[in-house]
Amino acid sequence: METASDIRTEAITLNMGPQHPSTHGVLRVVLELDGEVVTKATPVLGYLHRGIEKLAEHKTYHQSITLTDRLDYTSPFINNLAYVLTVEKLLGLEVPLRAQYIRVMLSELTRIQSHLVWLGTHALDIGAMSPLLYCFREREETLDMFEMVGGARMNQSYFRIGGLAADLPEGFEEKVKAFCEVLPARIDGYERLLTENKIWLNRTKGVGVISAEEGIALGLSGPCLRGCGVKWDLRKANPYSSYDHFDFEIPTGRHGDSYDRYLVRLEEMRQSNRIVKQALERLPAGPFNAASPKVVPPPKELVQESIESLIIHFHLMTEGFNVPRGEAYCSVESSKGELGFYIVSDGSSRPYRVKIRTPSFVNMESFATMAQGRLMADIVAIIGSIDICLGEVDR
Amino acid sequence: MGLESCFGDTIITTTLEKLVNWARKSSLWPATFGLACCALEMMATAAARYDIARFGAEVFRASPRQADLMIVAGTLTRKMAPVARRIYNQMPNPKWVIALGACASSGGIFDTYAVVQGVDEIIPVDVYVPGCPPRPESLLYAIMQLQTKIEKERLREKSNG
Amino acid sequence: MANLEELVGKIKATFPQSIEETVVCKDEHTIRVRLSCLLEVARFLKEDPECGFDFLSDLCGVDYMGRAPRFEVVYHLYSLKHRHRLRMKTSPADEDLTVPSVVSVWKTADWHERECYDLFGITFSDHPDLRRILTPDGFKEYPLRKDFPLRGR
Repeated sequence: METASDIRTEAITLNMGPQHPSTHGVLRVVLELDGEVVTKATPVLGYLHRGIEKLAEHKTYHQSITLTDRLDYTSPFINNLAYVLTVEKLLGLEVPLRAQYIRVMLSELTRIQSHLVWLGTHALDIGAMSPLLYCFREREETLDMFEMVGGARMNQSYFRIGGLAADLPEGFEEKVKAFCEVLPARIDGYERLLTENKIWLNRTKGVGVISAEEGIALGLSGPCLRGCGVKWDLRKANPYSSYDHFDFEIPTGRHGDSYDRYLVRLEEMRQSNRIVKQALERLPAGPFNAASPKVVPPPKELVQESIESLIIHFHLMTEGFNVPRGEAYCSVESSKGELGFYIVSDGSSRPYRVKIRTPSFVNMESFATMAQGRLMADIVAIIGSIDICLGEVDR
Repeated sequence: MGLESCFGDTIITTTLEKLVNWARKSSLWPATFGLACCALEMMATAAARYDIARFGAEVFRASPRQADLMIVAGTLTRKMAPVARRIYNQMPNPKWVIALGACASSGGIFDTYAVVQGVDEIIPVDVYVPGCPPRPESLLYAIMQLQTKIEKERLREKSNG
Repeated sequence: MANLEELVGKIKATFPQSIEETVVCKDEHTIRVRLSCLLEVARFLKEDPECGFDFLSDLCGVDYMGRAPRFEVVYHLYSLKHRHRLRMKTSPADEDLTVPSVVSVWKTADWHERECYDLFGITFSDHPDLRRILTPDGFKEYPLRKDFPLRGR
C-alpha cells in the first residue's frame, strides 16, 4: 500500500506576476515551492522602471515636482514635500508658517488616503470585498478635498519650491473639518469588520514575521518597522515642516507580523486625523510662499497686469532658477516609510543628480525573509501587509 | 407591418448582428492590467461612486482568457512590453483595448530609455483616453465610446491582429 | 544626540590615514573615505556606540563625468538611537570600477548595490548576488551615466 512517504515529490518554480491582481502593480515574484510551502521567494523588479531619476536631470527643479507625484502615486503630496524640502534646503529658503501647516495638513490627509487604499486592497486580496468599497468611499471624500486645493484628484504637484501653488480655497477648511469628524467612526467600522474577524486573524496573525533587528539591518522603515516594535518615526525623531508643533502618538506593534502592521496603520490613520484637526484649528494667517522673487513666481494677478512680472514668470518657467552648488539629503516619513531625496546641484537650473530613496524599494528587501517557509496563500497577505507602491519601487 | 405585426407586444425582432453587438458591448469584462497611477483611477471607477458595474463591466477578470477588454492603465515600460503583448495574445476574440492615460497613449511625460512611447507600438488600441490620470468620468466616457464602436461592428469583418 | 562635529573629529582621529576629506554643508556632515579602508570605517561607524550608525538609509552612485575619479558611491547613514545622519563617500579607481560591498555591515546594501551596478556599472566585490535589478533583461548599457542619452540608443 502506498503511503505518503512513498509518493515522489518535486519542488516547483512558480511565477507570480507581473500581471497579477494581488501584486499591487507590476511586481513579479518567483516562488520556489515544496508543495504549498514557499522555500524561496525572489522578487523581480523593474517592470515599472521609467527612468525618473535620469529624467529629473533634464528638467528644471520646478518641472521635476511633477515627476515626484508619480513615484508613490498613492501619496503624491508627501512625495512633493520630500522633494521641495530638499531643494529648499539647497537654496536656504525659509517657508512661511502658514505654508508649513498646510503642508502638514495635506500630508496627513494623504497618509490617511494612502492607508485607505492599502486597507481596501489588502482586505480584497485576502478575500474581504466590503472594506474595499467602504475605504474607497472615504477616499473619494479626500480626493474631493485634494481636487479643491490642487485642481486634480491625483498628482496635484501642489507643493512648490518656496511654499504652495496657491492658497487654500474657500470652503476647504469646512470640508476638512467635516471629514475629520466622521473619520474615527468610519475607522471603527473597518475594525468591526476585520480586527476580530476569525478569518482575518487566521490570514494575518503570525504571517510574515520579521524581527526588529532583521528589519533594521534590511533598511525596513515606516509602519512595517513599527509593527516590529521599533518606535521610530521621522516626524518625531527628526521633525520637518513644523511637525514638532503637533501632538500625536506613534503606534507600534509587538510581533512584527501582518496583523500588527494592520493595527499600526489603522491607529496611524487616527493619529493623522488628530494632526489634521490641530493644523486646522491653529492655521496661522500670512503668506503661503517664501518672499523670494528669484524662486517663487509672482502672483498670477500681477503677471496678467505688469510686464515685469510677466517677464519674471516667463523666465522662471522656461529657464528656471539657479540653485547654488552643493548637495543635500532630506527625508520625510511617507505613508510607507522613509522617503528621501539626495540632490546634487552643480550651480545650474537643472539638478546634476537626483537619487530618490524610496521606502517601498527597500521594504521589499524584507519580503524574502517574511515569506520564507510560509504557505502559498500567505504570500499575497505578506505583499499586501508590506504596502508597496510599484512606482516607488522601480522609479 | 411585416413579421412583428403578427406577434403582438411580447416579441421583438432584430438582426443577429445587433443582438450580438448589444450583448458584447453590455458585458465588457476588463482584464486587470493596471500598471501605474491610472490603475488607481480605474479602481476608483470600479468603486461605489463611479460604478463601472452600470456598464456591465464590474467583473475584472485576473485571467486574460476570461476577459474581452484590456484597459492598459499606466506606463508601459520596455521590460513590461513583452508581457503586455502576451496578455493581449491570451485574450480570446473579440477583444478591445483602451489605452488609459497619457502614458499608455503616447508615453506621457516619460520620454526616456525605459518607456514604450504609447502602447499602440505593441498592441492595437481602440480608444485612447488622455489625462494624467484621467478622471473616472473619462474612463466611463471611453467605455461608452467603445460601446458605440462595438455597436457598429459587422459580424463578418471582425478580425483582430 | 551626540554632537556631530565632535563625532566626525573622533572618526578622523581613529582613522587618520583613511579619511581623505570632511565637509560640512547646511548642517550635513560628509566624510570621504579611501576606497581600501571603506569596510573598516563602515564597521566602525556601525559598531562604535557613539556613532551607532545601524541604519543605511541610502546607497547610490554619482557620475562626475569629466573629473577624475569619475564615479562616486555615496552612503547615507542614520543612527536610530542618536537620530543623527552622516554621509560617507568613496570613489572607485577609473580603470577598475570596483568598490568593496558593505552587505556584510548593512544587509540592506544588497539591492542598493545591485541598482548602482545596474545604472552605473560599478561592481561591488563580495556581493552575494550582483545582477541587474531595474533594467530589462538583456539591457547592456548603464543608463544613469552622463554619456548615455535620455531616450536611449
